Amino acid sequence: MSMLLLIEQVLNGLQFGVMLFLMAAGLTLIFGVMGLINLAHGSLYMVGAFAAAAVAGATGSFVLALIASLIAAAAAGALVELVVIRRLYDRDHLDQVLATFALILIFSEGTRWLFGSFPLFLDIPAALSGPVTLPGGIQYPAYRLLIIAVGLLIAFGLFQLIARTRIGIQIRAGESDREMIAALGVDISRLYTIVFALGAALAGLAGALVGAIQSVQVGMGEPVLILAFVVIVIGGIGSIRGALVGALLVGLTDTLGGVLLPGLFATFMEPSAATAVGSSLASMSIYILMAGVLLFRPTGLYGTT
Amino acid sequence: MNLRSWVLAAGLTALATAGLADGHGGKVKVGMITTLSGGGAGLGIDVRDGFMLAAKMAGNENLEVVIEDDQRKPEIAVQLADKMIQSEKVDIMTGIIWSNLAMAVVPAATAQGKFYISPNAGPSALAGKGCHPLYFNVAWQNDNLHEAAGAYANDAGYKNSFILAPNYPAGQDALTGYKRMYGGALAGEVYTKLGQTDYAAEIAQIRASGADSVFFFLPGGMGISFLKQYAGSGVDLPVVGPAFSFDQGILQAVGDAALGVKNTSQWNKDLDTPANAAFVQAFQAEYGRLPSLYASQGYDAANLILSAMAEADVSDADAFRAALAAAKFDSVRGDFRFGPNQHPIQDYYVREVIKEGDVFTNKIISASLTDHADAYAAECSY
Repeated sequence: MSMLLLIEQVLNGLQFGVMLFLMAAGLTLIFGVMGLINLAHGSLYMVGAFAAAAVAGATGSFVLALIASLIAAAAAGALVELVVIRRLYDRDHLDQVLATFALILIFSEGTRWLFGSFPLFLDIPAALSGPVTLPGGIQYPAYRLLIIAVGLLIAFGLFQLIARTRIGIQIRAGESDREMIAALGVDISRLYTIVFALGAALAGLAGALVGAIQSVQVGMGEPVLILAFVVIVIGGIGSIRGALVGALLVGLTDTLGGVLLPGLFATFMEPSAATAVGSSLASMSIYILMAGVLLFRPTGLYGTT
Repeated sequence: MNLRSWVLAAGLTALATAGLADGHGGKVKVGMITTLSGGGAGLGIDVRDGFMLAAKMAGNENLEVVIEDDQRKPEIAVQLADKMIQSEKVDIMTGIIWSNLAMAVVPAATAQGKFYISPNAGPSALAGKGCHPLYFNVAWQNDNLHEAAGAYANDAGYKNSFILAPNYPAGQDALTGYKRMYGGALAGEVYTKLGQTDYAAEIAQIRASGADSVFFFLPGGMGISFLKQYAGSGVDLPVVGPAFSFDQGILQAVGDAALGVKNTSQWNKDLDTPANAAFVQAFQAEYGRLPSLYASQGYDAANLILSAMAEADVSDADAFRAALAAAKFDSVRGDFRFGPNQHPIQDYYVREVIKEGDVFTNKIISASLTDHADAYAAECSY
């Protein structure tokens, strides 16, 4: 394999990783601060994508579409938190899983009811379509570079938010001792709604960004949700830094595994069998990675307890 | 004609009609299991709508249809099939879109004495040694459209194709079918995950492979993702594929990225047959959108069943089977007949994606294979 191809695949892995980070960041915050397993996080990703597609279709502006995805997902998240999730904080995880799974079904069928079953159209803006040539002669789609940049920027912003702002302090305090910060006079239910809406907005933005290069359709969030859970388990539940490292690890492993493993098997097997075995093993690779991490660090890379 | 003979004639007609209702026109209950939710929903909805349109146009009150959603999950399809056979007591089953689901349901259904009319999935395992007298496929055998694509690649002078498909029965059939007809070399052969949405890694491989053409089979949302990402990647090799990635349901979502792409199909809305013109017009009037090839397959499946109902009673399995095998219905595809393994022998065409006003659609540019049967028919014996 040539060096150029390898570098391009590393970029692909990075891009996949930062997208996963946008999903996993919300998931891990919500779990860390509120102790809630939110299966409906993938639905918020879908809400963001559909809102973006609808606004892009109506106005033709991609920037407006991205803003709409943030607002719609945050609003949907806040609404869900106020109406449903709020009642679940004191229940055990099984109840939370059941209720948020029901939310998936409601979101999916509601979206189908509003938009129909056929995939929607959301295209990347003309200025970003097509490749750019990077130093070294690598041709890489401009839009994917933008995704990497946006993802890293948001990661940086999120670290700043958590480390330096008042709300960040409250979030960190909420993660370590929920009862205590309530006792100190912080409006805990407002904090919960804000954290939930923030996580939802990030998921919605991821949905809109990815929707432009993939298809915007009902059920698009669930496959990503599973990977996002893998990410936060690897990174350590509740840790934003863990989510970033985990997401990049999963993104790189998945992409490079899919490319390198069939080639590796092809050195000693006939090509079509090598492709079959290699692809199957590649789809397992991130779970093997997860098992490996848990073996040595049962709480994940940055897990605390 | 005097009054007496008129009364006699009327009486005879009434008798004859009653006799018909008794002899042939018994009720037929059809169980349709198809994908109505999740990623592949557009395909199942089109099959259902085409099927129900034909039923409505025929106005045959003896045809009863029960519809269930399999969510593209094999385990759910199996449960639904059990329910339809045991509690709904259907006579005929149909509807399944995906080959992995068909493999889970069809052998069990036919073993329990139910007819199965496939409006889409045509896995090779059910066309050859695993064929069954009660199993009919009214669409195609999985390899067919890909064989047509391989034949087209030869005509277009492609010598070095990069080929990719999802890793499931229909994906394996697809690459096998393409390779059966295609005479050139392979620059690469890749199986992707079923339901994969990001093809950046595969597109990078295509770029590095030195191929002169790309053949891909990625039905539903997978094809949308691939084409959009391919268009943005700067790789500009010609793309060939079966009609599944260019059907009416998804073309609007793919947009300009699909324009000009050649794809192969057994049907298109501009096929010049009276049955097709009537179908396209009625479908648009009923549902307000253009029909896809899935809709045409659902429509043909219903008309096949209706044609057999006019000839025989479903309780007489041998007679009904013979009536199905005769395929005496006006297919929207024009010439249509069943081969010895009860899979279609039909023509395949090369289509090109065009834009009509604001709507992306296909037009036929040439014939690819005529009177083409599948490669597995010889292995089938009942």
